[in-house]
Amino acid sequence: MDNTKSEKGIASVIAASSLGTLIEWYDFYIFGSLATVIATKFFPTGNPTAALLSTLATFAAGFVVRPFGALFFGRLGDMIGRKYTFLVTLVLMGLSTFLIGCIPSYEKIGFLAPILVLLLRLLQGLALGGEYGGAATYVAEHSPEHKRGFWTSWIQTTATVGLFLSLLVIVSTKGAMSKEAFADWGWRVPFWISIVMVGISIVIRMKMKESPLFQKAKDEGKTSTNPIKESFGNKLNFKFVLLALFGATMGQGVVWYTGQFYALNFIQNTLNVDITQASNILMIALAMGTPFFIVFGALSDKIGRKWIMLFGMLIALLSYRTIYSKMYDSGSVKSKTEIIANTKVTTSIAADVKIVGDSIRTTITNKEYADGTKYVETKKVNIHADVAEADEKKDTKIDKVANLDNGSFWSLVWLVFIQVIFVTMVYGPIAAFLVEMFPIRIRYTSMSLPYHIGNGIFGGLLPTIALFLSTKAGQVNEVAAKTGTALPYDKPYLEGLWYPIIIAGVCFVIGALYISNKDRNVND
Amino acid sequence: MNTIKKIAGILWIAIGLYAGYILIVTQAIPKFSSPKPEDLIPAIIYAFVLTPIIVGGLVTFGIYALQNKYDTTEE
Repeated sequence: MDNTKSEKGIASVIAASSLGTLIEWYDFYIFGSLATVIATKFFPTGNPTAALLSTLATFAAGFVVRPFGALFFGRLGDMIGRKYTFLVTLVLMGLSTFLIGCIPSYEKIGFLAPILVLLLRLLQGLALGGEYGGAATYVAEHSPEHKRGFWTSWIQTTATVGLFLSLLVIVSTKGAMSKEAFADWGWRVPFWISIVMVGISIVIRMKMKESPLFQKAKDEGKTSTNPIKESFGNKLNFKFVLLALFGATMGQGVVWYTGQFYALNFIQNTLNVDITQASNILMIALAMGTPFFIVFGALSDKIGRKWIMLFGMLIALLSYRTIYSKMYDSGSVKSKTEIIANTKVTTSIAADVKIVGDSIRTTITNKEYADGTKYVETKKVNIHADVAEADEKKDTKIDKVANLDNGSFWSLVWLVFIQVIFVTMVYGPIAAFLVEMFPIRIRYTSMSLPYHIGNGIFGGLLPTIALFLSTKAGQVNEVAAKTGTALPYDKPYLEGLWYPIIIAGVCFVIGALYISNKDRNVND
Repeated sequence: MNTIKKIAGILWIAIGLYAGYILIVTQAIPKFSSPKPEDLIPAIIYAFVLTPIIVGGLVTFGIYALQNKYDTTEE
């Protein structure tokens, strides 16, 4: 086989593997992106059992089921083969996603609805846990040594492209119908679309052959009979599992989540930017940044994986506070000059349809800023017929939406883009790095678990811990303001960043000290 | 370098134990004592899933480092 032909063969392997992995990420993210509408349809507020099921769907899918899926499917992949295992994960993910879009709402079938959603979400987590390791291993085992970083980096683009695609499909669906229609049934469309993409991907994957290295090991009777025991019961291998986790995937997980999800969350909730505008900022930054996965994957073939990943972590942790401070300055209306003459305030009072005798006072404040940014604050206050029921905190709901001017919009795009570049540095070479760390007979199991713990657990904890840190700082400032003492936190909204900074810092030191830059062998 | 790797094992054990303290004291216990039923699930996950993985993992990593298991001259 000449070189060109073999490259063509690898390209089809990459296309088939990447498409499936991309769809799996898309499926996983649309649930998260549509969490608010899913909550209103399946997990009604004020119902404790529904709230419990909702929390289970959020926490268990990421923290428990993903690593479990890595073990379950990793074991199958090392025993039966890569091809069939990641075909199963694709079918499981596609069906679960499609079925979530078909479940009747809580209003129609009661508690069966949230229970079904929970079960299907857990199946999604399980499938995702098994998919990535299979795809990365499969591609790496087809790639020549000098191009392994380059070829596996295509798989690495899929998580970000999957996120991009999920946002694109949601924004397009929203744009194609009225707000009411989207809330009623339109939110189901992104789930239904999945089945078409999965169908195409399954047909393509079924035509693929087993990984040549695994097939050779199988033919020679060298595959493992108990990959879990060999991976985690054998100290010689387990020490590398721990090293992969604490010296690479832990830091990569937090950099990945900060650069994409935390950035989106910060733009939406701290800067109060309109949800479509916030999604557009992230989508543009992701589109601009995605080619760099390939750039850093290819570069890792030349200068090694270790220092590209670690340098990405280092510059990320050193620059996060500056970047987010700049994001705040660019996007927050608090840092803009208000045109006082253009401020309009309208107040109306209407009867509360839920409680007879109560009413709701709505105050809408429209503000304009010198740079062209527009801001709308809608304040709703419940006025009780019985004054004794009044509770200022519970009765007041404030909704803030800022529509940014062009300059602020593009400043945020660039600031998110810089973070996406950090993501590409830590994530681009990591598939090749993990594959090279473990032997064929237990590779799928050994690399999947640290990857999903690093991403699912350390990355997945980011929103909770970051919110805890910034809320705590805000509360301390409030107490200080009440007592008239100096505020301990200059910028409380930046305090949540200490979580990714510390995790990436620890990971950087462990990686720098213990990781070898020389292991390129996948035939062991 | 191998001496630094070995001695740093103490640091990883200490960080593991501190992470355990943070997870249990600031996350799990307040959620166990919360009146909201939905707080029970994260509390259980913090205490019985995340703490063993993070603390157990880092402490074991530290012990391996102290035992010179990452000494490159041995390979």
